[in-house]
Amino acid sequence: MNKVLTTGIILGVAIVFPLVMHVLDQAFYISFATRILIYAMAAASLNLVLGYGGMVSFGHAAFFGAGAYIVGILAFEGVTSLWVSWPAAIAVAALAALAIGAISLRTRGVYFIMITLAFAQMMYYVFVSMKAYGGDDGLSLPSRSTGLGISLSNDFAWYYLVLALLMIILYLLHRLLASRFGRVIEAIRENETRATAVGYPVFRYKLLCFVISGAIAGLAGALIANQTSYVGPALLHWVQSGTLMIMVILGGVGRFWGGPVGAVVLLALEELFSGSPLLGPYSLHWQLPVGIILLAVVMFAPQGIAGAFAKKPQ
Amino acid sequence: MLSLKNLSKRFGGVVAVDRVDLDVAAGEVHALIGPNGAGKTTLIHQISGSIASDSGEMHFCDRNITQMRPHDRVRAGLARSYQITSIFRRFTVLDNLALAVQARSGTSFSFWKPVARENALFDEARSIAAQVGLSEKLDATAATLAHGEQRSLEVALALATRPKLVLLDEPMAGMGPEESKRMIELIKRIRAQVAVLLVEHDMDAVFRLADRISVMVNGRLIATDRPEKIKMNAEVRKAYLGDELAA
Repeated sequence: MNKVLTTGIILGVAIVFPLVMHVLDQAFYISFATRILIYAMAAASLNLVLGYGGMVSFGHAAFFGAGAYIVGILAFEGVTSLWVSWPAAIAVAALAALAIGAISLRTRGVYFIMITLAFAQMMYYVFVSMKAYGGDDGLSLPSRSTGLGISLSNDFAWYYLVLALLMIILYLLHRLLASRFGRVIEAIRENETRATAVGYPVFRYKLLCFVISGAIAGLAGALIANQTSYVGPALLHWVQSGTLMIMVILGGVGRFWGGPVGAVVLLALEELFSGSPLLGPYSLHWQLPVGIILLAVVMFAPQGIAGAFAKKPQ
Repeated sequence: MLSLKNLSKRFGGVVAVDRVDLDVAAGEVHALIGPNGAGKTTLIHQISGSIASDSGEMHFCDRNITQMRPHDRVRAGLARSYQITSIFRRFTVLDNLALAVQARSGTSFSFWKPVARENALFDEARSIAAQVGLSEKLDATAATLAHGEQRSLEVALALATRPKLVLLDEPMAGMGPEESKRMIELIKRIRAQVAVLLVEHDMDAVFRLADRISVMVNGRLIATDRPEKIKMNAEVRKAYLGDELAA
């Protein structure tokens, strides 16, 4: 299928969806779809380092959670303007990625996975221990961020703002991946030794890629804090990192739509099997059918769902 | 052009490279031969900077490069090929070469402009492909190339950085006679612009190409001389060439 057409259809569905739900009087699903869009952004940021850069970060929740907490803490301190708190969330997440990346990227393979996981867990315990900001219990936000002149408590306004931001981020990623920088990142994934041997300072490229990814995860974090009007340490827990990773693997590692597709499918499956009458009393065990489907995807579509639909094998 | 002084490298108790002095002059094809395990590849790793030396100094084009990082050495004009093929396997031949050209033409910290529109990169990549005989394979994925073609791409990636000196680590390894012949022709053609330090086991190729030959045995250079002198050198014959030339 033509790329422009695919993108157009996806965008069309995303634009019409809340209107349809409104007509069907299913307002819950507008909020649910917003959550999916936010996770799509976070998963896309992970896919940049994992799929394109070949850096298997198992600590991406650190940046996601840090972004969320910055918005929560600023709101708690009385700063609710998104013109302040969202850039702050992005900046702090980027700084965290710079610090963590500068150390972690000196390691390879399993060691990189473990050290990113360790750093994320350290951040998790930092936020758990911050009693002033709720500690274990987290923080409730008095309201969604302000500054646009419209109330973001309106689910429609909120949905379309998140959708617009996701589309902007995806477009930026699209440009980045086709640029010189993007080519170098993929070359490093393919063969780091050779990338060095043709003259690229590999570490700098990897670190910058890691920081860009962390910054995007930070923005997604700022959005999730607004989405639920609550931030808690669970946002930084390693299970959250794992969830993002599963989304990327499910959707397609190193596939442009991999992150978003994975977010849609995983969250939709969770919703389908957990809350619904589909499984009756067994819906408590929703992880089982979701797990079986994940297993099937990994076995029968190792390139992920986006990969299975692509013409060109990679 | 390249000058090594007293260069050493040990791995635990094993002295892989032992106080080596070696000079490669501009415009020269300098062959480095020796039995397996003599330390030739270790020496290449030291020169390219992927292994740090324990002692000694390296100068390249009047600069001390002993502590220089590998990618900076490439930018200074010192490129290499690998004994075990090291290419971007999932990229096409054209993309492989364009990427190497990109490394030395302007900054790659560029995030907006699509690289596909930079015709200059691809034009030069095509001309390098033509040089090594890969013009027919531009759109083929590197992993699908035949062994000999992958070896050619390996050398082409080094040449694409437009080096002053290229280190070729067994470029003919595993090549058939036809492919070897083509590689010899290629090295003959590039020698006008690039000095070559050639590690190779194919003695026929070495004696046809080399201006000078250095012989390495057990980490030490036992001789450096013109090919005809090396053939006569008693020590070399005993250590290495003996069987082959006596036959």
